[in-house]
Amino acid sequence: MVLGRLPCVIEQDVLERVLAAAVRTGADFAEVYAEDKRSTSVALDDGRVEQVTSGRDRGAGIRVIKGDTTGFAHTADLSEAGLRAAAEAAAAAASQGGGGARTIALTRGPARMINPISQFPDDVRKADKVAVLQRMDEAARSAGGSIVQVSAGYGDSSKHMLVANTDGVFVTDRQVRTLVRITAVADGDTGMQTGYQSAGHTMGFELFDRVDVEDLARDAARIALTKLNARPAPSGALPVVIKQGSGGVLFHEACGHGLEADLVAKGGSVYRGKQDQLVASPLVTLVDDGTMTGEWGALAYDDEGHASQYNVLIQDGVLTDYMWDYLRARNEGRPQSGNGRRQSYQHLPMVRMTNTYVLNGTDEPDDIIRATGYGVYVAKLGGGSVNTATGDFVFGMTEAYLIENGEITEPLREGNLIGNGPQVLDDIDMLGNDFAMGNPGTCGKDGQGVPVGDGQPTLRVKSMTIGGTAA
Amino acid sequence: MSSSADSGELQQIADRVIAQARAGEQVEAFVSRDSETDIRVYEGQVEHFVSAQSEGIGIRVIRDGRTGFAYAGTLDPAAIAEVLADARDNVEFGTHDEWAGLAEPDGVDVVEQELWNDALAEYATDRKIELAQQLERLTLGVDPRVRVDDSNYADVAVESAVATTTGIRRSGRENGCYVSISTLADDGDETQTGFGFSVGRSPDQFDLAKAAQEAADRATRLLGATKPASKRVTVVLDPYVTAMFLGVISSTLNGEAVAKGRSLFKDRLGDAVANPLITLVDDPTNTLAYTATDLDGEGLAARRNVLIDGGVLQQFVHNTYSARRVGGRSTGNAVRGGFKGTPGVGCLALHLQPGTRDQAALVADVADGVLVQSVQGLHSGVNPISGDFSVGASGLVITNGVVGAPIREFTIASTLQRMLLDVVEVGGDVDWLPMRAAGVSLVIRDITMSGA
Repeated sequence: MVLGRLPCVIEQDVLERVLAAAVRTGADFAEVYAEDKRSTSVALDDGRVEQVTSGRDRGAGIRVIKGDTTGFAHTADLSEAGLRAAAEAAAAAASQGGGGARTIALTRGPARMINPISQFPDDVRKADKVAVLQRMDEAARSAGGSIVQVSAGYGDSSKHMLVANTDGVFVTDRQVRTLVRITAVADGDTGMQTGYQSAGHTMGFELFDRVDVEDLARDAARIALTKLNARPAPSGALPVVIKQGSGGVLFHEACGHGLEADLVAKGGSVYRGKQDQLVASPLVTLVDDGTMTGEWGALAYDDEGHASQYNVLIQDGVLTDYMWDYLRARNEGRPQSGNGRRQSYQHLPMVRMTNTYVLNGTDEPDDIIRATGYGVYVAKLGGGSVNTATGDFVFGMTEAYLIENGEITEPLREGNLIGNGPQVLDDIDMLGNDFAMGNPGTCGKDGQGVPVGDGQPTLRVKSMTIGGTAA
Repeated sequence: MSSSADSGELQQIADRVIAQARAGEQVEAFVSRDSETDIRVYEGQVEHFVSAQSEGIGIRVIRDGRTGFAYAGTLDPAAIAEVLADARDNVEFGTHDEWAGLAEPDGVDVVEQELWNDALAEYATDRKIELAQQLERLTLGVDPRVRVDDSNYADVAVESAVATTTGIRRSGRENGCYVSISTLADDGDETQTGFGFSVGRSPDQFDLAKAAQEAADRATRLLGATKPASKRVTVVLDPYVTAMFLGVISSTLNGEAVAKGRSLFKDRLGDAVANPLITLVDDPTNTLAYTATDLDGEGLAARRNVLIDGGVLQQFVHNTYSARRVGGRSTGNAVRGGFKGTPGVGCLALHLQPGTRDQAALVADVADGVLVQSVQGLHSGVNPISGDFSVGASGLVITNGVVGAPIREFTIASTLQRMLLDVVEVGGDVDWLPMRAAGVSLVIRDITMSGA
């Protein structure tokens, strides 16, 4: 892998002039974020390759800050005239007052290779991308006669990004992501059930040297088939054991969002003012790590040009720090943490997670199950959501079993679990030694989606409310 | 989309693309351009002001039953040529599908709608900021326990055009605006949240006082809420919750899901699938509906379709492709999310045939139940294929017909199939919410509530 200078979406002298124009009316700060992204997606459904889609997104977003006001404009016109027009629109939005001339000198930051890529999507034949899904379709369908439908998707993107601002920050990066997902439907006497699996990494087509897509497809089919015999999930509070690599979303919802400084600043988080206090079981050490090579939420630089970091949020149950972006860090007079992210050049950055995970404990996973007399074993979680101000959160269980007398027994139908973040963190009473990362996720906040990763070892929450229908 | 007859710049771009179709090719070009304003106010000051324009084109090519698609977020002529070339190239990798094909004019008349308002297009920027500031002040004035997280004004204007080699040629424009506010209410260590909004084709249609009152009420009504015990109850769904529930039901009536064997109602046409009180209609021609429109995502006339009539399943919704697969005609239910994708299938503007009584009367008949005011986790605990339904909820206890203490951190669960049959009454309080379904109070019995 050559660590050379990446091609620049916009030339440095143009950036310097555009930034100078953006602060001419007296703004404190201006920033250009530009991207040039090519993407390919393939949809296979009902045994057919329905469509291959090629996409191109290219443009720049310009942010101008004056006092407490942020002005933002974006354009698909990357010529100097187009950028200047957007800069003036953003400046007008941020201020009505006068100002003065400033000269902007940018220093290009070093190339950071967090996610080395060996097979760029542009260098891979479309036929090979399509073939991945055909293998998955075949593997899922051959898993059993009750599999009646399969849909699968492939997606890759390759994005050149650039950030430059009036503080002199100037970085470029190339971000490549590749993902596959599959849903299998099984039909039986009690109706249809679904199984879902996915794999995604911040890497190129070499993803498929690492992930056995046939195994992934068979696993989706297995989940659907297993649930044909599922009984209704219990209703009420029970101990819940969550399998390694499937429950990171619990921490993402139970406390991750609540540790985002923008929510904390406005008093919209239950974790406000809790720094240096015990907020979780002492078993829990929670990290947000943008540097985790190849993981779905990994990045060399965040979308404000700050180098990604390994940030400890909770150490042995004690809240050590929140996550920060440029604006919130500036307001508090402290460093950023590499958590300023945005969906695209058309969006303003805000505080977002990257890869959020819980470090290993010491329990053997089998011992955790054996120590549970009656409860629920969650082998796969779906999505979730949280109200950060109250801490109340839900997440869906898409593969779950009953635990009876310390053993995993019958499969359960789908449902939501509900809990309160601080309470659930406190109720974690066993933590395994089998850490694994989970499936790629898309985190939604304020209308923007960004790729995030999560992970955890097998763990037990001593009581959570299971939203089933069985008494 | 609106079907104004003029041939604007976007229509010409679409026309030029399809004129390049080769023998044996069907080509569709969809072109759009939108502009938006997004203003956020906090403590009287503008926190951010976003002024944005974007445009793009999506081109679909079908040849020998194979489909290829490409898009670009620009209308630069060189980029458009590249998009057409990419879409053609992508055709080679599609599987032959005998039902693949673009929509054709079907003779159904378009019901004209007023989707564009000049008053909004000319509305002054500083007045937009004032609206968000005014909403913040009004909300703070409702209750001293209420704080504001953010107060917002937003508007969007979209122009679009579609042209196909099969004879579809439509263009139009649409605009709209809304204000919204997020609230927090504190009582000691406890904080609860709320929201309020008001929508319109122009700002003079806003009801700021109502939005402020609702935002304050939603946040304060849950202060002191406790976690209830688990039991079976009758629920009264607030109109807003019913609208979300109808959104889930609509995915089971999606013709594509039916054609591909993925709908739990796939073999149930003509069956009683719901209580006879349930008549479910998708009617985008109703101007009261927030998502009222004149055209669907393929450029066919949007139309009224009765999906469930007196509890009996009458029909599914289809676009051109799903209709061909089941040997029928499009019901005008193609849904397009913009230039970056091809049209899917979906309901456009659902509503339940309303009953006659208001919410208070419905509640008065419930001996032991819950007035459900919000739900959480529709995307994670509801499976429209299996029918499993489980969501987090909050609301008020109902005892002997009287609304009482607030409760939170519980789930309500059943199956979609059971819930439709277990409907006890539909309220008369239709609320045309800014969603794809209208709200109305709905009473459903035998729901499992899981709490402590």
